Amino acid sequence: MFDDIAAISTPPGEGGIAIIRLSGSGVIKKAAQIFKPRRNQIDIRKKEGYSLTLGWIVDADSEAVDEVLLALMRAPHSYTGEDVVEIHCHGGILPARRCLEVVLSQGFRIAEPGEFTRRAFLNGRLDASQAEAVIEIIRAKSDKSMKLALKQLGGRNSEYIHTLEDRLLELNAMVEASLDFPEEVGELEYNRAQAIMVESMEVIDRLIQSGKRADVYRQGISIAICGKPNVGKSSLLNTLLRKDRAIVTSIPGTTRDIIEEQLIIKGIPVRLMDTAGIHITSDVVEKIGVEKSQEVIAEADLVLFLVDAGDGITSDDLNIYRNIENQNLIILVNKEDLEDKNITKRDMEQYFPGVKVIKVSAKEELGIDKLEDNIEEMVLGGKLQSDDLEIMINLRQREALLRARQHLQDALNELNQVPLDCLGVDIWGALEALGEITGKNLREEVLDRMFSDFCIGK
Amino acid sequence: MIYNAGSYDVIVIGAGHAGCEAALASARMGCETLMITLSMENVALMPCNPSIGGPAKAQLVREIDALGGEMAINVDQSAIQMRVINTGKGPAVQAIRAQCDKHEYHNKMLKTLLNQPRLKIIMAEAEEIETHGGVVSAVITRTGARFSCQAVVITSGTYLKGRIIIGEVMYDGGPGNQFPAVKLSDSLRNLGLELGRFKTGTPPRIYRRSVDFTKMIEQPGDDLPLRFSYMNPRVTRTQYSCWLTHSTAATHKIVMDNLDRAPMFTGVIKGKGPRYCPSFEDKVVRFAHKDSHQIFIEPEGRDTEEMYIQGLNTSLPEDIQVQVLKSIPGLENVAIIRTGYAIEYDYLPPAQLRSSLETRQVEGLFTAGQINGTSGYEEAAAQGLIAGINAALKVQEKEPLILKRSKAFIGVLVDDLITGDIDEPYRLLTSRAEYRLLLRQDNADLRLTEKGRKIGLVSDERWMAYNEKKNILEHEIGVLKEQSYTPADQEMSDFLKSLGSANLKDRISLWELLRRPEIGIQDYIRMGWLNQQDEDILEQLEIQSKYEGYIKKQEEQVRRFEKMESKLIPPDIDYDEIFGLSNEARYKFKQIRPESIGQASRVFGINPADINILLIFLEKKRRK
Repeated sequence: MFDDIAAISTPPGEGGIAIIRLSGSGVIKKAAQIFKPRRNQIDIRKKEGYSLTLGWIVDADSEAVDEVLLALMRAPHSYTGEDVVEIHCHGGILPARRCLEVVLSQGFRIAEPGEFTRRAFLNGRLDASQAEAVIEIIRAKSDKSMKLALKQLGGRNSEYIHTLEDRLLELNAMVEASLDFPEEVGELEYNRAQAIMVESMEVIDRLIQSGKRADVYRQGISIAICGKPNVGKSSLLNTLLRKDRAIVTSIPGTTRDIIEEQLIIKGIPVRLMDTAGIHITSDVVEKIGVEKSQEVIAEADLVLFLVDAGDGITSDDLNIYRNIENQNLIILVNKEDLEDKNITKRDMEQYFPGVKVIKVSAKEELGIDKLEDNIEEMVLGGKLQSDDLEIMINLRQREALLRARQHLQDALNELNQVPLDCLGVDIWGALEALGEITGKNLREEVLDRMFSDFCIGK
Repeated sequence: MIYNAGSYDVIVIGAGHAGCEAALASARMGCETLMITLSMENVALMPCNPSIGGPAKAQLVREIDALGGEMAINVDQSAIQMRVINTGKGPAVQAIRAQCDKHEYHNKMLKTLLNQPRLKIIMAEAEEIETHGGVVSAVITRTGARFSCQAVVITSGTYLKGRIIIGEVMYDGGPGNQFPAVKLSDSLRNLGLELGRFKTGTPPRIYRRSVDFTKMIEQPGDDLPLRFSYMNPRVTRTQYSCWLTHSTAATHKIVMDNLDRAPMFTGVIKGKGPRYCPSFEDKVVRFAHKDSHQIFIEPEGRDTEEMYIQGLNTSLPEDIQVQVLKSIPGLENVAIIRTGYAIEYDYLPPAQLRSSLETRQVEGLFTAGQINGTSGYEEAAAQGLIAGINAALKVQEKEPLILKRSKAFIGVLVDDLITGDIDEPYRLLTSRAEYRLLLRQDNADLRLTEKGRKIGLVSDERWMAYNEKKNILEHEIGVLKEQSYTPADQEMSDFLKSLGSANLKDRISLWELLRRPEIGIQDYIRMGWLNQQDEDILEQLEIQSKYEGYIKKQEEQVRRFEKMESKLIPPDIDYDEIFGLSNEARYKFKQIRPESIGQASRVFGINPADINILLIFLEKKRRK
């Protein structure tokens, strides 16, 4: 109840405005630190409630991050009943995210699922009869949060997290075993402890890096184009690019065997990926490419599956379909421009029941508008989501990782200077921060680890 | 034939470490108290290692002392060796450990009990707890005596349906071949309480003169003047040594060859044993890659031939125990006085208790000690003290004493028991305390003596000594904070140079200067900046200044913690009424009935959404 909290309150996607909402007793003062009003004489700390002020959000180097309207509401006349500041920034995920990062640097915490509503209720701003509704919001958002958080941890990230958890458990078990069972365990092995701390910090750095890349990648929707070789995938990609290529700053350090482009389709940021043809192959190099493709496809929000109107449905097509049938799918029957077409509506219904089909010609740019309409419909219709929740979970995880890293750095700095019980405070702190990501009861796990790594007890 | 044998305020069943603290506390707080014990000879018995203290446990003993309990005083009077554990690892984990003379410990405690006004002891077997309308009313013994009372504290240790197991031999018994308590468990079950089964064990005892000490490494005690109780002066004692030897590959082979006769592995023992006190055979099997384990030979008293073998806790058949011992360097010609054994016993899963240690099922019924599934004399004594205090407070119709996790290790202990999933005998470790740096062995009195005074357990003598110490401490801290020096000061620069410490950059007080690791309080005394005085004061000054930064960090964490602890949950809350709680949360909350939001969040398996929903529900109720 006592921290200053922040969250993006608007869903991303099309829309001119994104709103970052802040609530708490210190929000006006903190907002003043990062907001530069258009008119210099204005001090938002003195502004009345219900006021709007034009200006910029500035970062630590006083660089403008975005031009915004700052709305101020003073307690108790606000949504939560506390002081509330709303930063109205440009729509789209990137500006909102950048503003939120600047906000967080001022000592805000990311709001828990349903927290604004919870505070509103606890401060008497919502009626007792609305309590159930509040609870529903909390429950739904929190369950969804957990699912999204787990999803975010999938893939390579989950390996890193596991490694990190294992190392930190080992480290904590070493320290606690030495403190609680000094006679069996003896002194802490400082060299090993130091090595673990250094290694853990490296893993955290890698996680944060990969998180940064993933952030950029997670802007908007990811669409994978797949289909057998020569069905026209690259052609389609190029056609879409000619129409909708996005201007983005370059993303450092990414190499993948997948061709990937950033587009804006009807205002929606899209990552379009052309995958290597999926087919059975015994060639090792090709196999790796195929595996990567499969990974990309599995993680895609939407799959565009191309089939060749001229060839008809082949067994290759069916093999590919088997891999993707559980995803959000649009089938594009390419080469609509051909005279001789060998796919009928009945074929579609027979092989791919219930799936949306669009006839296109990448070469002749036929059917592309219809494709774009369908994509837009899927996003706005809620079928595809890149959620505000997802971004915040991502930021929350990053926050926790940075805290863990700071604890480890502090511990390294103090390693030979403070006694073990003080060191233990930071070593435990690192594990606790990690625990916010994995959500585990770590105290018990440290004990378990202690008893399995060391032969203690008389 | 049941007859009325008298009326008391509080009855304590059991005279082990928990029972002694409970009975003394209750009597000293003004309640007429009866203590029922199966045997006078086993009052304050140490059935296992005759040692008290060590990490986490020393903190408990100090806290018991600060509140006005007895253990610390009794240890000081019967210790034959005292050492400090974890020196150099920081003040939060430093702990005194004492080896005691087993018989002296018992004698001294018995004497204290027998001379305590308002306390009577009777040797009998309590069989039944009588209740009226869910409230305790009397205790009935095997020989027909009915003692009426307002509160009962059960501290029956490992006696409830105790079963001794040595290899293939099994018989009903309490520790040390005493009678077990057979009927009391049944009475508890009839009252609606659930019981589980645990096991613990003890090693053989051997003749001192049959040991070849030349094959072992001597471990003498410290020469430092030490003591547990704040009321006793620090003294050096004649130190009695312990000896270190180890098991060998041959020893392990004997164990492995006979696993089919070892009750730990044949499934005969059903009760769960503690991880950190594994039997020797358990160790050999689980850590098979280790070709030797440490074994300590410890004297059980000043003047006795009996030696205790630490590390050889076992329930192997007797003939195998002999073989095992003889394979250990120094014990080739050993003569056994007592065989090692495992003991299985009934315990009461403590989720059934409130934080006051009163059972939720039966009003006025308290349980403390190993019956709650803990292990260790210190853990038992701490619980006994709390249960005795709260039984007395209940009789006096006052609010119970509940210590928070942020205030005492005793608080950590009780809270862990109430909220946790106790599926093996629980032992306190410093790592269980989130605020370890604040709950130190050295500041127990500063944390607890005032509380002890409020409830009437702290004597005038102790109270005066405490206040004097507090005043002197405040004064000396003031002195150190006021005296400051600048970089220009010659005396100071010379002083710093002599200790290899960097010169000052700004004005700094003596208090802040102490933060530097190379500077100690004795240096200040040498320079005449501080007077020589009581060890305790000097220790506090040094610790509080050097760890001020960390202490402040933890105090900030405590502030947030206590806010959640003070959000109380009404005891009559109906969890079935709460919309949106996960099924797991609903089940656990109904079972454990947490007393505050803070405690609710600690219940095993609860997630933050459940807590938030609970908060909303409580607020909604509040408004009605």
